[in-house]
Amino acid sequence: MLNKEQIAQRIARELRNGMYVNLGIGIPTLVANYVPEGMTIVLQSENGLLGMGPFPMDGDEDPDLINAGKQTITTIPGSVFFDSAMSFGMIRAGKVDLTVLGAMEVADNGDIANWKIPGKMVKGMGGAMDLVASAKNIIVAMQHCSRDGKSKLLSACTLPLTGLGCVKKVVSDLGVFDIDHRGFVLLERAPGVSVETIVASTEGRLHVPDQVPEMRF
Amino acid sequence: MNKVVLNAHEAIFDIQDGMTLMLGGFGLCGIPENLIAALVHKGVKKLTCISNNAGVDDFGIGLMLQGRQVKKMVSSYVGENAEFERQLLSGELEVELIPQGTLATRCMAAGYGMPAVFTPAGVGTEVAQGKEVRVFNGITYLMEHAFDADFALVKAWKGDAQGNLIFRATARNFNPLMAMAGKTTIAEVEELLPVGQLDPDQIHTPGIYVHRIFQGVDYEKRIEQRTVKPRTE
Repeated sequence: MLNKEQIAQRIARELRNGMYVNLGIGIPTLVANYVPEGMTIVLQSENGLLGMGPFPMDGDEDPDLINAGKQTITTIPGSVFFDSAMSFGMIRAGKVDLTVLGAMEVADNGDIANWKIPGKMVKGMGGAMDLVASAKNIIVAMQHCSRDGKSKLLSACTLPLTGLGCVKKVVSDLGVFDIDHRGFVLLERAPGVSVETIVASTEGRLHVPDQVPEMRF
Repeated sequence: MNKVVLNAHEAIFDIQDGMTLMLGGFGLCGIPENLIAALVHKGVKKLTCISNNAGVDDFGIGLMLQGRQVKKMVSSYVGENAEFERQLLSGELEVELIPQGTLATRCMAAGYGMPAVFTPAGVGTEVAQGKEVRVFNGITYLMEHAFDADFALVKAWKGDAQGNLIFRATARNFNPLMAMAGKTTIAEVEELLPVGQLDPDQIHTPGIYVHRIFQGVDYEKRIEQRTVKPRTE
């Protein structure tokens, strides 16, 4: 099984030089730590920044300079600030190449639910609905099953939806999956995880090719 | 032309119970601290507040929630506030959650004089309930109406007596959009300069959108998530 860092590390292999990328809160944020040497990726933070740098040195933090997770950050050469309408304008217009975000549930038709659990505290969707509705490519980073062992890769989402038919790829602690007309297509399995385990852990339609390579790190 | 008022208390003299306010800021970044404090002091109630977030328990809009001043919040994310949660679950507070880009764009539409905009955000979700749907080039969009707010309360870095505003870093966020969208817009600034001192090429919000302006005092600029690297030297 992959830990959170390994999920981020695996997603980082999807990055290509020159991409503009929006990373969501949680595991997606960790992807920034695994950008390959020599590759230029521009991170978009939807509160109004392109070119997000690392956390500041202790004492250099600036309350006017935060990311979408409200964490203090820094700029880098080439950084630019803009207002929230332009930020979501570039997202809506398809200028952001890749969006990585977390999910509570993903369905085999690409539907995603990640903003609300009815009856419990509702925190809101933030920018997630805008991002999933418009991003050209969406990768979801998630745990394959809930704590009580229920699959979160489903035939249909049970929670209120964030977006319809938008997820292209899922990287879970068990494997990597594309989503197409066949449902979840198993591309790679996590080290030490069998195809049988993945089949048993996936409630949605799952296509298993003849060869399913094991991930290497 | 002089739009300068003495302070936040003078600036909000005609804000009344039941009005709709826009408040700039993302989290606690770029919030109009002085104006919120004045609203808390004045004690106006039954307010509808349009703001991306609802502050934290003891700062930002959280202070207005403590005083039971807010009837309804229109926000995209409200996760950092226990008093908010309590009032929401007890039914004291009405909340309309909308996508962040939709929130920004509904402000923008108001400032650009457009009655509505179309966005794909929320299509097929509960956000779409009751909204007009249109298809353009095979893609489905929701029609979202421009906001209609009595007052917009914004915070800028620098401003002048004609109401021209410059924002700083990610404290810009919703502020210039809301500044354009209020029927009456009040700006508090860290530094109020004489007319002519701001470079016309650097102004983010033209003063035509701003009705009152003052230099704020005692900015706390609280940080919500202080994330730093240790100094190595």
